[in-house]
Amino acid sequence: MDDATIRFTVDGIEIEAVAGQTVIEACDAAGIYIPRLCHHPDLAPAGQCRVCTCTINGRNGAACVTPAMQGMVVENETKPLNDDRRAIIEMLFVEGNHPCVYCVASGDCELQALGYRLGLDAPKQPYLWPGRPLDTTHPDIILDHDRCILCSRCIRASRMEDGKTVFGFEGRGIAMRLNVDAQGGLGETQMAAIDRAASVCPVACIVIKRDSYKVPNGKRRFDVSPIGSDIEAKRMPRT
Amino acid sequence: MSLLDIDERILELADLVDLDRSPFDDKKAFDRPVDVGFIEGGCANEYNVRTLRDFRRHCRILVSVGACAINGGVPAMRNTIGLKECLEAVYLGGPTLEGGGMIPNDEDLPLMLDRVYPSHEVVRIDYFLPGCPPSGEAIWEGLSALLTGREPALPYQLFKYE
Amino acid sequence: MTEGHDEAARQLVAQFGFDRSRLMDIVQGLQRRFGHVSDDAVRSIASALRIHAVEIEDMVSFYAFLDRKPRGRCRIRLSRTPVSMIKGMAAVASAFEAALGISVGETSSDGAFTLEWTSDIGMADQEPAALIDTTVLTALVPDDVPHIVAALRDGRRSAGVGPVLPKAGVRSSLVQPGPLLSGGHDNAAGLQAALCREPVKVIEQITASRLRGRGGAGFPTGLKWRLCRQAVGEEHYVVCNADEGEPGTFKDRLLLSEFPDLVFDGMVIAGYALGSRHGVLYLRGEYAYLLDDLQAVLAKRRQLGRLGVAICGTIGFDFDIRIQLGAGAYICGEESALLESLEGKRGAPRDRPPFPTERGYLGQPTAIDNVETFACVARIMEHGAAWFTASGTAESTGTKLMSVAGDCKRPGVYEVPFGITVNELLDLVGAADAEFVQVGGPSGQPVAPKDFGRRIAYEDLSTGGSTMVFGPQRDVLEIVLQFADFFVDESCGWCTPCRVGTTLLRTGLRKVIAGQASLEDIATMEAVAGTVTRMSRCGLGQSAPNPILGTMRSFPHLYEAKLRADADISGFDLDKALGEAIKVQGRQPVPEEG
Repeated sequence: MDDATIRFTVDGIEIEAVAGQTVIEACDAAGIYIPRLCHHPDLAPAGQCRVCTCTINGRNGAACVTPAMQGMVVENETKPLNDDRRAIIEMLFVEGNHPCVYCVASGDCELQALGYRLGLDAPKQPYLWPGRPLDTTHPDIILDHDRCILCSRCIRASRMEDGKTVFGFEGRGIAMRLNVDAQGGLGETQMAAIDRAASVCPVACIVIKRDSYKVPNGKRRFDVSPIGSDIEAKRMPRT
Repeated sequence: MSLLDIDERILELADLVDLDRSPFDDKKAFDRPVDVGFIEGGCANEYNVRTLRDFRRHCRILVSVGACAINGGVPAMRNTIGLKECLEAVYLGGPTLEGGGMIPNDEDLPLMLDRVYPSHEVVRIDYFLPGCPPSGEAIWEGLSALLTGREPALPYQLFKYE
Repeated sequence: MTEGHDEAARQLVAQFGFDRSRLMDIVQGLQRRFGHVSDDAVRSIASALRIHAVEIEDMVSFYAFLDRKPRGRCRIRLSRTPVSMIKGMAAVASAFEAALGISVGETSSDGAFTLEWTSDIGMADQEPAALIDTTVLTALVPDDVPHIVAALRDGRRSAGVGPVLPKAGVRSSLVQPGPLLSGGHDNAAGLQAALCREPVKVIEQITASRLRGRGGAGFPTGLKWRLCRQAVGEEHYVVCNADEGEPGTFKDRLLLSEFPDLVFDGMVIAGYALGSRHGVLYLRGEYAYLLDDLQAVLAKRRQLGRLGVAICGTIGFDFDIRIQLGAGAYICGEESALLESLEGKRGAPRDRPPFPTERGYLGQPTAIDNVETFACVARIMEHGAAWFTASGTAESTGTKLMSVAGDCKRPGVYEVPFGITVNELLDLVGAADAEFVQVGGPSGQPVAPKDFGRRIAYEDLSTGGSTMVFGPQRDVLEIVLQFADFFVDESCGWCTPCRVGTTLLRTGLRKVIAGQASLEDIATMEAVAGTVTRMSRCGLGQSAPNPILGTMRSFPHLYEAKLRADADISGFDLDKALGEAIKVQGRQPVPEEG
């Protein structure tokens, strides 16, 4: 162990991190899955969804934006935290319009997958039925604002990965919306279907046309094993 | 209908329960209080609300079964549009209409609600069985749990919203 | 093309040195001139700053006092708070609606007026109050309104001096001064004393005084300054948080209007102690009427050598202060959101670490302190740490400025020693029959009579000073609902639990008030409140459920009295749900059988 190695515990398991890593990055590398939604390994963290909140040294903090520190005590897989995480997923389901039944992302949707993993049998809060407009101005991409969960992945990817800044937010509070860099909709922006921003959406807000329903039911990303299984497999290889 | 997907276990079920009111027998009213009620579909009109309230009054345990009961499902697609606009689009401006149309307004047709409501926004619901539809396996798990007095617990492969 | 917007935008961008971080000043210049920030203006700013239009829209759309579409040439904003409502705001609002011929939320057809609600404007002791553009009107009664509207139609509002509009004036709020607010305040005594010491000795003195942040969070000021001084950066910044947005508070307004030199002295002392050359005072948009006076104070200080180069003759200590005007967003009182706003962005809080002392304004070490904290600093340097610790409690030294309003005989600012009980404070203000006291604003604690023996102190009832008193005739749940509305309006939207949770809590509370909630609904509300408290990103969300959770604990009987008898039938309103169909189809539902 050299000086740059940081050691801390997650639910009693000691793991190692290198300086500069966040808690979630260190846990991913160590095969410990922390539920998350707005976080994406290729993008700078934004701390928006709060699903990855852990109890760190006795205080709640988002694992995606908390730097790993020597001697930290992190609680992750606890009932109270998973109850709160499930409550956040439920909030997102009722805030937007997420009809899995006829959604192109079903089986491949991270919101849905977290609902499954965390055991959300049904959202019980009143649905808000937002009725946000559908943007079909782009020849290759549909933007369904009703399904947006305001995770900012596309905003970050467009700015940092694509160098385009096609997306931003608009408004505040419950009226906050995803906005595009043109008055006439996505079709008037620099957006292209091959952009990173088009592929990082965790739900079906950004949908590439003529590319749906290619994977049969039963073989989709989350059909057989829960979200996070790939990370956990690093720790407990299948026998 | 996916209840029938439990296949031969329906015989086992028939030994365990008495069916009081269901679409199978087309019986419209309860004769007595019952232990378990299964609700499918959301509330789209006044008749649905009255039926659901009637179920709540007669059932000790009420279970919301499937996507429509849980979130309104496909019928709830109209929720972000508005009732008036929907009726007008279908009955006054539909592409197959010839020579104008009219919004059906027979007294025998229940009035529609402003939007489609999930059942738990109308009455208290005890359990939820997700899926569109829930598989026979999931229904069997839910039923057998309730009949044996344990909490239903669906394994990952049965826990689906679609 | 909107006439003149392109040119004005380019001029403003040039005036602020093509500096993206001054976007707030740029768009405020356009808002003042044209009443909104048009699409053309956005495009021009974007091209002049070489950024994307979507970034400007992101920022502008965040603030309540910035518009993307033209509204009325005159903006009338009525303060909607529990205090304004008990003082008769509803009747004043109706009078405005009648005089203007529009409803609240509308713009008159000739484009002359927009009438709207706004959150607390810092006038709780003089409600009902309104903002007409930047002019503050106080103690309004319905009979004032025709005269105000007539004066506005005559164009008598731009005279600049004197109360041209009826009730255009803010009276002094100071009822009871204490050590902080006694003695000279424009002789720079504290500043002179500080400059005689080594900077580190100044920090030691502040540490010895055990001064804690007066905004309510109570972080030790000496420790904050030490951390900031130690942090490595190209520049160090001193920021004064004058975004006093907590409903019910107005003590910073008093300090800024009557003791500004005390506050500025404190900032200069901080600049000296931290090795900083730049101070910024972030003034809430609602206090824009103070801006000219504060600029005049700064100008005079520059003449007197109390700002600028070699302050008070101290070679090598150069420091100046600029004022940044906010634009109507409560969240910007949260220090990291304030920094984002100061950098010309939406006021979304930052994740910490890094803390502002390490990476704050423009990524540099920054000390952000409350207006009152800086005033305390100046006095501590003037009189010494021991003088300061002589009042208060062991954990909460010194005195506290309390803004008291509502059902009390003498509303205003009271300087009281920390440790005073709620009862003692209520006696001072003349509120013997108080039934409900909200200490610390909506994000603070609702206190019932059984708890009036509790103390105002960081170790008990921690507060920035807002104290709203309600008598026995008030409907506690209606007040709580107004607080719930406030958090829905002011949530920044960045994180899920606060953005969605505040709306769900309000929906739940409405259901309770309508008599439609069951015990299970109350339990659900409690669960949501818990999630919002535990999972939100910043203090706003973490404290947003306080009014609901606090009154559930302190006034459980009020909730119980509202529970519906039939718990099986939820609060579904069939008549309401059928309303649209009845209208569209022109017939009534079939009556229910049995």
